[in-house]
Amino acid sequence: MSILNVYDLKKSFGKTEVLKGITFSVEQGEVISILGSSGSGKTTLLRCLNFLETPNEGRIEVNGREIFSADNKELPDRVLRENRLNFGLVFQQFNLFPQYTVLENLTLAAKLRVKEAAKKDKTLSKNQLFESIDKQALETLESVGLSEKKDFYPCQLSGGQQQRVAIARALMLSPQILCFDEPTSALDPELTGEVLAVIKELAQRKVTMIIVTHEMAFAREVSDKIIFMDEGVVAACGTPDEIFCNSSNERICKFISAMSNK
Amino acid sequence: MFIEVTLALFGGFLTTLQIFFLTLLFSIPLGLVICFGSMSRFKPLQWLVKVFVWIIRGTPLMLQLIVVYFGPGLLCASMERAGQAGNVIYYIADYLNSFSPFVATIIAFSINYACYFSEIYRGGIESIPRGQYEAGQVLGMTKTQIFFRVVLLQVIKRILPPMSNEIITLVKDTSLARIITCYEIIWAGQKFIKSEGIIWPLFYTGAFYLLFSGLLTILFAKMEKKLSYFKN
Ligand SMILES: Nc1ncnc2c1ncn2[C@@H]1O[C@H](COP(=O)(O)OP(=O)(O)O)[C@@H](O)[C@H]1O
Ligand SMILES: [Mg+2]
Repeated sequence: MSILNVYDLKKSFGKTEVLKGITFSVEQGEVISILGSSGSGKTTLLRCLNFLETPNEGRIEVNGREIFSADNKELPDRVLRENRLNFGLVFQQFNLFPQYTVLENLTLAAKLRVKEAAKKDKTLSKNQLFESIDKQALETLESVGLSEKKDFYPCQLSGGQQQRVAIARALMLSPQILCFDEPTSALDPELTGEVLAVIKELAQRKVTMIIVTHEMAFAREVSDKIIFMDEGVVAACGTPDEIFCNSSNERICKFISAMSNK
Repeated sequence: MFIEVTLALFGGFLTTLQIFFLTLLFSIPLGLVICFGSMSRFKPLQWLVKVFVWIIRGTPLMLQLIVVYFGPGLLCASMERAGQAGNVIYYIADYLNSFSPFVATIIAFSINYACYFSEIYRGGIESIPRGQYEAGQVLGMTKTQIFFRVVLLQVIKRILPPMSNEIITLVKDTSLARIITCYEIIWAGQKFIKSEGIIWPLFYTGAFYLLFSGLLTILFAKMEKKLSYFKN
Protein backbone atom coordinates (compact mmCIF):
# COMPACT_ATOMS: atom_id res chain seq x y z
CA MET A 1 0.00 0.00 0.00
CA SER A 2 1.27 3.46 -0.86
CA ILE A 3 2.00 5.82 1.98
CA LEU A 4 0.47 8.70 0.01
CA ASN A 5 -2.15 8.76 -2.70
CA VAL A 6 -3.24 11.97 -4.31
CA TYR A 7 -6.19 11.78 -6.67
CA ASP A 8 -7.16 14.40 -9.21
CA LEU A 9 -6.23 17.36 -7.01
CA LYS A 10 -7.45 20.72 -8.32
CA LYS A 11 -6.87 24.19 -6.98
CA SER A 12 -7.94 27.56 -8.34
CA PHE A 13 -7.22 31.05 -7.11
CA GLY A 14 -10.19 33.06 -8.25
CA LYS A 15 -10.52 32.28 -11.94
CA THR A 16 -7.00 30.95 -12.51
CA GLU A 17 -6.77 27.21 -12.20
CA VAL A 18 -3.31 26.49 -10.80
CA LEU A 19 -3.59 22.74 -10.25
CA LYS A 20 -5.62 21.03 -12.97
CA GLY A 21 -5.95 17.51 -11.63
CA ILE A 22 -2.83 16.10 -10.06
CA THR A 23 -2.65 12.37 -9.41
CA PHE A 24 0.36 10.58 -8.00
CA SER A 25 1.42 8.22 -5.27
CA VAL A 26 4.40 7.82 -3.02
CA GLU A 27 5.69 4.57 -1.48
CA GLN A 28 7.08 4.26 2.01
CA GLY A 29 10.74 5.30 2.06
CA GLU A 30 10.64 6.78 -1.43
CA VAL A 31 12.11 10.08 -2.49
CA ILE A 32 10.10 11.96 -5.09
CA SER A 33 11.41 15.08 -6.76
CA ILE A 34 9.06 17.53 -8.38
CA LEU A 35 10.55 19.54 -11.21
CA GLY A 36 8.97 22.18 -13.34
CA SER A 37 9.34 25.76 -14.39
CA SER A 38 8.36 28.62 -12.14
CA GLY A 39 4.61 29.09 -11.89
CA SER A 40 3.77 25.50 -12.77
CA GLY A 41 2.06 24.95 -9.40
CA LYS A 42 4.71 23.06 -7.40
CA THR A 43 4.46 25.23 -4.30
CA THR A 44 0.68 25.16 -4.45
CA LEU A 45 0.75 21.37 -4.54
CA LEU A 46 2.93 21.16 -1.42
CA ARG A 47 0.78 23.74 0.34
CA CYS A 48 -2.32 21.67 -0.42
CA LEU A 49 -0.69 18.56 1.04
CA ASN A 50 0.15 20.54 4.19
CA PHE A 51 -3.33 22.03 4.43
CA LEU A 52 -2.10 25.58 3.98
CA GLU A 53 -4.42 25.74 0.98
CA THR A 54 -7.72 23.93 0.60
CA PRO A 55 -7.98 22.13 -2.73
CA ASN A 56 -11.15 22.66 -4.73
CA GLU A 57 -11.34 19.07 -5.81
CA GLY A 58 -9.63 15.78 -5.28
CA ARG A 59 -8.71 13.37 -2.57
CA ILE A 60 -5.67 12.76 -0.36
CA GLU A 61 -4.99 9.45 1.38
CA VAL A 62 -2.20 8.69 3.83
CA ASN A 63 -1.60 5.01 4.56
CA GLY A 64 -4.91 4.23 2.92
CA ARG A 65 -6.81 6.56 5.21
CA GLU A 66 -8.58 9.46 3.58
CA ILE A 67 -7.47 12.72 5.18
CA PHE A 68 -8.94 15.06 2.61
CA SER A 69 -11.84 14.85 0.26
CA ALA A 70 -13.45 17.64 -1.71
CA ASP A 71 -16.85 16.45 -0.52
CA ASN A 72 -15.92 17.32 3.03
CA LYS A 73 -13.75 20.42 2.86
CA GLU A 74 -14.65 22.27 6.02
CA LEU A 75 -12.64 20.32 8.52
CA PRO A 76 -12.75 21.36 12.17
CA ASP A 77 -9.52 22.93 13.44
CA ARG A 78 -8.61 19.94 15.56
CA VAL A 79 -8.84 17.52 12.62
CA LEU A 80 -6.95 19.93 10.40
CA ARG A 81 -4.10 20.08 12.89
CA GLU A 82 -3.92 16.31 13.20
CA ASN A 83 -3.96 15.94 9.41
CA ARG A 84 -1.14 18.41 9.05
CA LEU A 85 1.06 16.31 11.28
CA ASN A 86 1.16 13.59 8.62
CA PHE A 87 3.35 15.96 6.68
CA GLY A 88 6.33 18.12 7.44
CA LEU A 89 7.22 21.13 5.34
CA VAL A 90 10.55 22.82 4.89
CA PHE A 91 10.13 26.28 3.42
CA GLN A 92 12.28 28.06 0.90
CA GLN A 93 12.73 30.93 3.40
CA PHE A 94 13.34 28.63 6.44
CA ASN A 95 10.76 30.51 8.57
CA LEU A 96 12.51 29.80 11.85
CA PHE A 97 11.09 31.56 14.90
CA PRO A 98 13.60 34.39 15.44
CA GLN A 99 13.02 34.92 19.16
CA TYR A 100 13.78 31.31 20.07
CA THR A 101 17.10 29.51 20.20
CA VAL A 102 17.80 26.66 17.84
CA LEU A 103 16.86 24.14 20.51
CA GLU A 104 13.67 26.00 21.40
CA ASN A 105 12.70 26.12 17.72
CA LEU A 106 12.90 22.34 17.68
CA THR A 107 11.00 21.74 20.92
CA LEU A 108 8.32 24.46 20.89
CA ALA A 109 5.57 22.64 19.02
CA ALA A 110 6.18 19.31 20.73
CA LYS A 111 6.12 20.90 24.18
CA LEU A 112 2.91 22.78 23.41
CA ARG A 113 1.34 19.47 22.47
CA VAL A 114 2.43 17.97 25.76
CA LYS A 115 0.97 20.94 27.62
CA GLU A 116 -2.34 20.50 25.86
CA ALA A 117 -2.40 16.80 26.60
CA ALA A 118 -1.48 17.44 30.23
CA LYS A 119 -4.46 19.73 30.60
CA LYS A 120 -6.77 16.87 29.67
CA ASP A 121 -4.90 14.14 31.48
CA LYS A 122 -3.68 15.26 34.89
CA THR A 123 -1.69 12.09 35.51
CA LEU A 124 0.73 12.93 32.70
CA SER A 125 4.23 13.76 33.90
CA LYS A 126 5.04 16.93 32.01
CA ASN A 127 8.63 17.25 33.14
CA GLN A 128 9.51 13.74 32.08
CA LEU A 129 7.99 14.30 28.66
CA PHE A 130 9.76 17.64 28.31
CA GLU A 131 13.04 15.95 29.11
CA SER A 132 12.50 13.34 26.45
CA ILE A 133 11.60 16.06 23.95
CA ASP A 134 14.82 17.89 24.77
CA LYS A 135 16.76 14.68 24.35
CA GLN A 136 15.12 13.95 21.02
CA ALA A 137 15.83 17.51 19.89
CA LEU A 138 19.52 17.18 20.72
CA GLU A 139 19.71 13.93 18.79
CA THR A 140 17.94 15.44 15.82
CA LEU A 141 20.23 18.44 15.92
CA GLU A 142 23.20 16.09 16.02
CA SER A 143 21.91 14.36 12.90
CA VAL A 144 22.01 17.64 10.95
CA GLY A 145 25.43 18.42 12.41
CA LEU A 146 24.46 21.44 14.51
CA SER A 147 24.72 20.28 18.12
CA GLU A 148 27.13 23.04 19.03
CA LYS A 149 24.66 25.69 17.80
CA LYS A 150 21.82 24.65 20.06
CA ASP A 151 21.78 27.87 22.08
CA PHE A 152 22.27 30.20 19.12
CA TYR A 153 19.52 32.40 17.73
CA PRO A 154 18.57 32.05 14.05
CA CYS A 155 20.04 35.46 13.20
CA GLN A 156 23.44 34.19 14.36
CA LEU A 157 23.45 31.36 11.81
CA SER A 158 24.26 31.21 8.11
CA GLY A 159 21.43 30.51 5.68
CA GLY A 160 22.59 26.94 5.23
CA GLN A 161 22.65 26.36 8.97
CA GLN A 162 19.21 27.92 9.34
CA GLN A 163 17.81 25.59 6.73
CA ARG A 164 19.36 22.59 8.47
CA VAL A 165 17.69 23.73 11.70
CA ALA A 166 14.40 24.05 9.80
CA ILE A 167 14.80 20.47 8.57
CA ALA A 168 15.51 19.28 12.10
CA ARG A 169 12.46 21.16 13.36
CA ALA A 170 10.26 19.49 10.75
CA LEU A 171 11.66 16.07 11.73
CA MET A 172 10.80 16.59 15.41
CA LEU A 173 7.15 15.64 14.99
CA SER A 174 8.10 12.54 12.99
CA PRO A 175 5.99 13.26 9.91
CA GLN A 176 5.16 10.38 7.61
CA ILE A 177 6.16 12.46 4.61
CA LEU A 178 8.60 15.33 4.64
CA CYS A 179 8.10 17.99 1.96
CA PHE A 180 10.70 20.48 0.78
CA ASP A 181 9.88 23.58 -1.25
CA GLU A 182 13.06 24.60 -3.04
CA PRO A 183 15.12 24.21 0.13
CA THR A 184 18.26 25.67 -1.40
CA SER A 185 16.84 28.43 -3.62
CA ALA A 186 17.31 31.17 -1.01
CA LEU A 187 20.90 30.16 -0.31
CA ASP A 188 24.20 31.36 -1.69
CA PRO A 189 25.60 28.69 -4.03
CA GLU A 190 28.39 27.75 -1.63
CA LEU A 191 25.84 26.93 1.09
CA THR A 192 23.57 24.61 -0.89
CA GLY A 193 25.90 21.63 -0.49
CA GLU A 194 25.48 21.26 3.26
CA VAL A 195 21.69 21.29 2.98
CA LEU A 196 21.62 18.83 0.12
CA ALA A 197 23.96 16.57 2.11
CA VAL A 198 21.50 16.52 4.99
CA ILE A 199 18.65 15.59 2.64
CA LYS A 200 20.74 12.81 1.08
CA GLU A 201 21.44 11.49 4.53
CA LEU A 202 17.69 11.42 5.22
CA ALA A 203 17.16 9.55 1.95
CA GLN A 204 19.64 6.92 3.09
CA ARG A 205 17.70 6.60 6.34
CA LYS A 206 14.62 5.92 4.19
CA VAL A 207 12.68 9.00 5.20
CA THR A 208 9.81 9.45 2.76
CA MET A 209 10.27 12.79 1.01
CA ILE A 210 8.74 15.01 -1.66
CA ILE A 211 11.27 17.54 -2.86
CA VAL A 212 10.59 20.50 -5.11
CA THR A 213 13.94 21.56 -6.46
CA HIS A 214 15.82 23.14 -9.32
CA GLU A 215 19.00 21.20 -8.47
CA MET A 216 19.01 18.78 -11.40
CA ALA A 217 22.06 16.73 -10.51
CA PHE A 218 20.83 16.36 -6.94
CA ALA A 219 17.33 15.34 -8.03
CA ARG A 220 18.73 12.77 -10.38
CA GLU A 221 20.99 11.29 -7.74
CA VAL A 222 18.66 11.20 -4.76
CA SER A 223 15.23 10.49 -6.28
CA ASP A 224 13.45 7.21 -6.77
CA LYS A 225 10.87 8.94 -8.92
CA ILE A 226 10.62 12.28 -10.63
CA ILE A 227 7.45 14.19 -11.38
CA PHE A 228 7.64 16.88 -14.00
CA MET A 229 4.93 19.49 -13.63
CA ASP A 230 3.84 21.86 -16.33
CA GLU A 231 1.04 24.41 -16.05
CA GLY A 232 -0.76 22.56 -13.29
CA VAL A 233 -0.59 19.04 -14.65
CA VAL A 234 1.83 16.14 -14.26
CA ALA A 235 3.49 16.29 -17.66
CA ALA A 236 5.71 13.30 -16.98
CA CYS A 237 6.45 10.88 -14.19
CA GLY A 238 9.15 8.26 -14.03
CA THR A 239 12.52 7.14 -12.77
CA PRO A 240 15.34 9.68 -13.03
CA ASP A 241 16.78 7.82 -16.00
CA GLU A 242 13.47 7.83 -17.82
CA ILE A 243 13.07 11.56 -17.27
CA PHE A 244 16.64 12.68 -17.83
CA CYS A 245 17.79 10.33 -20.57
CA ASN A 246 14.88 9.25 -22.71
CA SER A 247 12.35 11.94 -22.34
CA SER A 248 10.37 12.38 -25.50
CA ASN A 249 8.66 15.51 -24.20
CA GLU A 250 10.28 18.54 -25.76
CA ARG A 251 9.44 20.89 -22.90
CA ILE A 252 11.04 18.59 -20.38
CA CYS A 253 14.24 18.30 -22.42
CA LYS A 254 14.41 22.06 -22.80
CA PHE A 255 13.76 22.64 -19.12
CA ILE A 256 16.36 20.11 -18.03
CA SER A 257 19.05 21.43 -20.31
CA ALA A 258 18.28 25.02 -19.31
CA MET A 259 18.44 24.15 -15.63
CA SER A 260 21.51 21.95 -15.90
CA ASN A 261 23.55 24.63 -17.62
CA LYS A 262 22.93 27.23 -14.94
CA MET B 1 9.03 80.82 47.40
CA PHE B 2 10.84 78.23 45.25
CA ILE B 3 9.93 75.44 47.64
CA GLU B 4 6.35 76.62 47.84
CA VAL B 5 6.07 76.67 44.05
CA THR B 6 7.73 73.28 43.73
CA LEU B 7 5.28 71.74 46.18
CA ALA B 8 2.31 73.30 44.39
CA LEU B 9 3.56 72.05 41.03
CA PHE B 10 4.07 68.60 42.51
CA GLY B 11 0.42 68.61 43.48
CA GLY B 12 -0.54 69.29 39.86
CA PHE B 13 2.05 66.85 38.58
CA LEU B 14 0.47 64.05 40.58
CA THR B 15 -2.72 64.56 38.59
CA THR B 16 -0.66 64.64 35.41
CA LEU B 17 0.89 61.30 36.35
CA GLN B 18 -2.51 59.85 37.20
CA ILE B 19 -3.88 60.87 33.81
CA PHE B 20 -0.80 59.38 32.18
CA PHE B 21 -0.83 56.00 33.91
CA LEU B 22 -4.60 55.49 33.92
CA THR B 23 -4.76 56.34 30.22
CA LEU B 24 -2.08 53.74 29.47
CA LEU B 25 -3.76 51.20 31.71
CA PHE B 26 -7.02 51.44 29.77
CA SER B 27 -5.88 52.32 26.26
CA ILE B 28 -3.25 49.58 25.82
CA PRO B 29 -5.76 46.70 26.12
CA LEU B 30 -8.62 48.68 24.57
CA GLY B 31 -6.35 49.35 21.60
CA LEU B 32 -5.96 45.61 21.11
CA VAL B 33 -9.73 45.15 21.08
CA ILE B 34 -10.11 47.96 18.52
CA CYS B 35 -7.26 46.49 16.51
CA PHE B 36 -8.94 43.08 16.30
CA GLY B 37 -12.17 44.86 15.36
CA SER B 38 -10.48 46.72 12.52
CA MET B 39 -8.98 43.43 11.29
CA SER B 40 -12.20 41.47 11.69
CA ARG B 41 -13.37 39.35 8.80
CA PHE B 42 -16.92 40.42 9.60
CA LYS B 43 -17.06 43.41 7.25
CA PRO B 44 -19.76 45.54 8.94
CA LEU B 45 -17.83 45.42 12.23
CA GLN B 46 -14.57 46.20 10.47
CA TRP B 47 -16.20 49.12 8.72
CA LEU B 48 -17.77 50.47 11.90
CA VAL B 49 -14.51 50.27 13.82
CA LYS B 50 -12.60 51.93 10.99
CA VAL B 51 -15.02 54.84 10.86
CA PHE B 52 -14.74 55.23 14.62
CA VAL B 53 -10.94 55.24 14.47
CA TRP B 54 -11.07 57.74 11.63
CA ILE B 55 -13.28 60.09 13.65
CA ILE B 56 -11.11 59.87 16.75
CA ARG B 57 -7.83 60.25 14.90
CA GLY B 58 -9.25 62.89 12.61
CA THR B 59 -10.42 65.32 15.29
CA PRO B 60 -8.44 67.15 17.98
CA LEU B 61 -8.18 65.52 21.37
CA MET B 62 -9.12 68.88 22.88
CA LEU B 63 -12.46 68.74 21.08
CA GLN B 64 -13.04 65.17 22.26
CA LEU B 65 -12.41 66.26 25.84
CA ILE B 66 -15.02 68.94 25.51
CA VAL B 67 -17.53 66.57 23.94
CA VAL B 68 -17.05 63.95 26.65
CA TYR B 69 -17.27 66.52 29.44
CA PHE B 70 -20.00 68.83 28.21
CA GLY B 71 -21.83 66.64 25.67
CA PRO B 72 -23.90 64.55 28.09
CA GLY B 73 -25.07 67.67 29.99
CA LEU B 74 -26.13 69.40 26.79
CA LEU B 75 -27.95 66.29 25.66
CA CYS B 76 -29.80 66.07 28.99
CA ALA B 77 -30.84 69.70 28.81
CA SER B 78 -32.18 69.44 25.28
CA MET B 79 -34.01 66.21 26.08
CA GLU B 80 -35.62 67.87 29.08
CA ARG B 81 -36.74 70.71 26.86
CA ALA B 82 -38.18 68.21 24.39
CA GLY B 83 -39.99 66.43 27.21
CA GLN B 84 -38.09 63.15 26.76
CA ALA B 85 -36.46 63.13 30.17
CA GLY B 86 -37.79 59.68 31.01
CA ASN B 87 -36.04 57.38 28.50
CA VAL B 88 -32.91 55.26 28.75
CA ILE B 89 -30.69 57.59 26.77
CA TYR B 90 -31.53 60.37 29.17
CA TYR B 91 -30.47 58.31 32.16
CA ILE B 92 -27.21 57.27 30.49
CA ALA B 93 -26.46 60.88 29.57
CA ASP B 94 -27.39 62.02 33.04
CA TYR B 95 -25.02 59.44 34.49
CA LEU B 96 -22.17 60.50 32.18
CA ASN B 97 -22.89 64.09 33.12
CA SER B 98 -22.15 63.31 36.73
CA PHE B 99 -18.51 62.50 35.98
CA SER B 100 -15.83 64.77 37.35
CA PRO B 101 -13.41 66.53 35.00
CA PHE B 102 -10.80 63.96 35.94
CA VAL B 103 -12.95 60.96 35.01
CA ALA B 104 -14.02 62.64 31.77
CA THR B 105 -10.36 63.23 30.99
CA ILE B 106 -9.48 59.56 31.53
CA ILE B 107 -12.37 58.48 29.29
CA ALA B 108 -11.48 60.84 26.46
CA PHE B 109 -7.76 60.13 26.66
CA SER B 110 -8.21 56.35 26.87
CA ILE B 111 -10.43 56.25 23.79
CA ASN B 112 -8.19 58.60 21.86
CA TYR B 113 -4.97 56.76 22.64
CA ALA B 114 -6.58 53.35 22.16
CA CYS B 115 -7.35 54.36 18.57
CA TYR B 116 -3.77 55.42 17.91
CA PHE B 117 -2.41 52.29 19.56
CA SER B 118 -4.79 50.09 17.58
CA GLU B 119 -3.30 51.37 14.33
CA ILE B 120 0.21 50.75 15.62
CA TYR B 121 -0.74 47.23 16.67
CA ARG B 122 -2.34 46.59 13.30
CA GLY B 123 0.77 47.74 11.48
CA GLY B 124 2.87 45.52 13.72
CA ILE B 125 0.71 42.45 13.29
CA GLU B 126 0.45 42.90 9.53
CA SER B 127 4.21 43.30 9.21
CA ILE B 128 4.90 39.79 10.51
CA PRO B 129 5.62 37.60 7.48
CA ARG B 130 2.99 34.98 6.65
CA GLY B 131 5.71 32.38 6.80
CA GLN B 132 5.79 32.67 10.58
CA TYR B 133 2.12 31.73 10.86
CA GLU B 134 2.53 28.98 8.28
CA ALA B 135 5.55 27.50 10.03
CA GLY B 136 3.45 27.30 13.21
CA GLN B 137 0.49 25.79 11.36
CA VAL B 138 2.62 23.15 9.70
CA LEU B 139 3.93 22.17 13.13
CA GLY B 140 0.35 21.56 14.27
CA MET B 141 0.06 24.63 16.50
CA THR B 142 -3.31 26.26 17.18
CA LYS B 143 -4.08 29.82 16.10
CA THR B 144 -3.90 30.96 19.71
CA GLN B 145 -0.57 29.27 20.26
CA ILE B 146 0.80 30.84 17.09
CA PHE B 147 -0.34 34.29 18.17
CA PHE B 148 0.97 34.14 21.71
CA ARG B 149 4.05 31.93 21.26
CA VAL B 150 5.30 32.98 17.85
CA VAL B 151 3.91 36.30 16.70
CA LEU B 152 3.35 38.41 19.81
CA LEU B 153 6.94 39.02 20.90
CA GLN B 154 7.91 39.85 17.33
CA VAL B 155 5.04 42.33 17.17
CA ILE B 156 6.09 43.89 20.47
CA LYS B 157 9.62 44.31 19.20
CA ARG B 158 8.37 46.00 16.06
CA ILE B 159 5.88 48.34 17.71
CA LEU B 160 8.14 49.44 20.54
CA PRO B 161 9.61 52.46 18.72
CA PRO B 162 6.24 53.89 17.52
CA MET B 163 4.65 53.11 20.89
CA SER B 164 7.37 54.96 22.77
CA ASN B 165 6.77 57.94 20.47
CA GLU B 166 3.04 57.95 21.22
CA ILE B 167 3.58 57.46 24.93
CA ILE B 168 5.98 60.39 25.14
CA THR B 169 3.42 62.47 23.25
CA LEU B 170 0.89 61.43 25.88
CA VAL B 171 3.06 62.91 28.63
CA LYS B 172 2.68 66.31 27.00
CA ASP B 173 -0.93 65.83 25.88
CA THR B 174 -2.02 65.48 29.52
CA SER B 175 -1.81 69.31 29.67
CA LEU B 176 -4.93 69.46 27.46
CA ALA B 177 -7.00 68.30 30.43
CA ARG B 178 -6.76 71.82 31.76
CA ILE B 179 -9.42 72.89 29.24
CA ILE B 180 -12.09 70.98 31.17
CA THR B 181 -10.77 72.24 34.52
CA CYS B 182 -8.74 69.21 35.44
CA TYR B 183 -6.15 70.52 37.87
CA GLU B 184 -2.89 69.32 36.34
CA ILE B 185 0.58 70.81 36.44
CA ILE B 186 0.15 73.57 33.83
CA TRP B 187 -2.83 74.90 35.72
CA ALA B 188 -0.89 74.70 38.95
CA GLY B 189 1.83 76.83 37.35
CA GLN B 190 -0.58 79.26 35.77
CA LYS B 191 -2.26 79.99 39.07
CA PHE B 192 0.84 81.85 40.25
CA ILE B 193 0.40 84.40 37.48
CA LYS B 194 -2.90 85.50 38.96
CA SER B 195 -2.16 85.07 42.63
CA GLU B 196 1.46 86.25 42.83
CA GLY B 197 2.00 87.97 39.53
CA ILE B 198 4.94 85.70 38.64
CA ILE B 199 5.31 83.68 35.43
CA TRP B 200 8.41 81.60 36.11
CA PRO B 201 6.44 78.77 37.83
CA LEU B 202 4.74 78.15 34.50
CA PHE B 203 8.09 77.82 32.78
CA TYR B 204 9.30 75.68 35.62
CA THR B 205 6.63 73.06 34.80
CA GLY B 206 8.71 72.28 31.70
CA ALA B 207 11.36 70.76 33.95
CA PHE B 208 8.84 68.23 35.26
CA TYR B 209 7.84 67.19 31.75
CA LEU B 210 11.47 66.96 30.66
CA LEU B 211 12.45 64.85 33.62
CA PHE B 212 9.55 62.47 33.17
CA SER B 213 9.88 62.06 29.41
CA GLY B 214 13.61 61.61 29.90
CA LEU B 215 12.95 58.73 32.28
CA LEU B 216 10.54 57.18 29.79
CA THR B 217 13.07 57.53 26.98
CA ILE B 218 15.63 55.64 29.04
CA LEU B 219 13.07 52.98 29.95
CA PHE B 220 12.11 52.41 26.32
CA ALA B 221 15.73 52.30 25.22
CA LYS B 222 16.27 49.59 27.83
CA MET B 223 13.30 47.60 26.57
CA GLU B 224 14.46 47.88 22.99
CA LYS B 225 17.88 46.71 24.03
CA LYS B 226 16.35 43.79 25.85
CA LEU B 227 14.62 42.66 22.66
CA SER B 228 17.66 43.23 20.46
CA TYR B 229 18.87 39.67 21.00
CA PHE B 230 16.88 38.59 17.96
CA LYS B 231 16.26 40.04 14.54
CA ASN B 232 13.06 39.80 12.56
N1 LIG C 1 -2.43 32.82 -3.07
C1 LIG C 1 -2.45 32.93 -4.42
N2 LIG C 1 -3.34 33.76 -5.01
C2 LIG C 1 -3.38 33.87 -6.35
N3 LIG C 1 -2.56 33.24 -7.20
C3 LIG C 1 -1.63 32.41 -6.68
C4 LIG C 1 -1.53 32.22 -5.26
N4 LIG C 1 -0.53 31.34 -5.04
C5 LIG C 1 -0.04 31.00 -6.24
N5 LIG C 1 -0.69 31.64 -7.24
C6 LIG C 1 -0.44 31.48 -8.67
O1 LIG C 1 -0.40 30.12 -8.96
C7 LIG C 1 0.58 29.83 -9.93
C8 LIG C 1 1.47 28.72 -9.45
O2 LIG C 1 2.22 29.19 -8.37
P1 LIG C 1 3.20 28.25 -7.53
O3 LIG C 1 2.45 27.11 -7.00
O4 LIG C 1 3.89 29.11 -6.56
O5 LIG C 1 4.21 27.76 -8.65
P2 LIG C 1 5.69 27.24 -8.52
O6 LIG C 1 5.96 26.93 -7.08
O7 LIG C 1 5.75 26.05 -9.39
O8 LIG C 1 6.58 28.32 -9.03
C9 LIG C 1 1.31 31.12 -10.21
O9 LIG C 1 0.83 31.64 -11.42
C10 LIG C 1 0.92 32.01 -9.07
O10 LIG C 1 0.84 33.35 -9.48
MG1 LIG D 1 7.44 27.71 -5.79
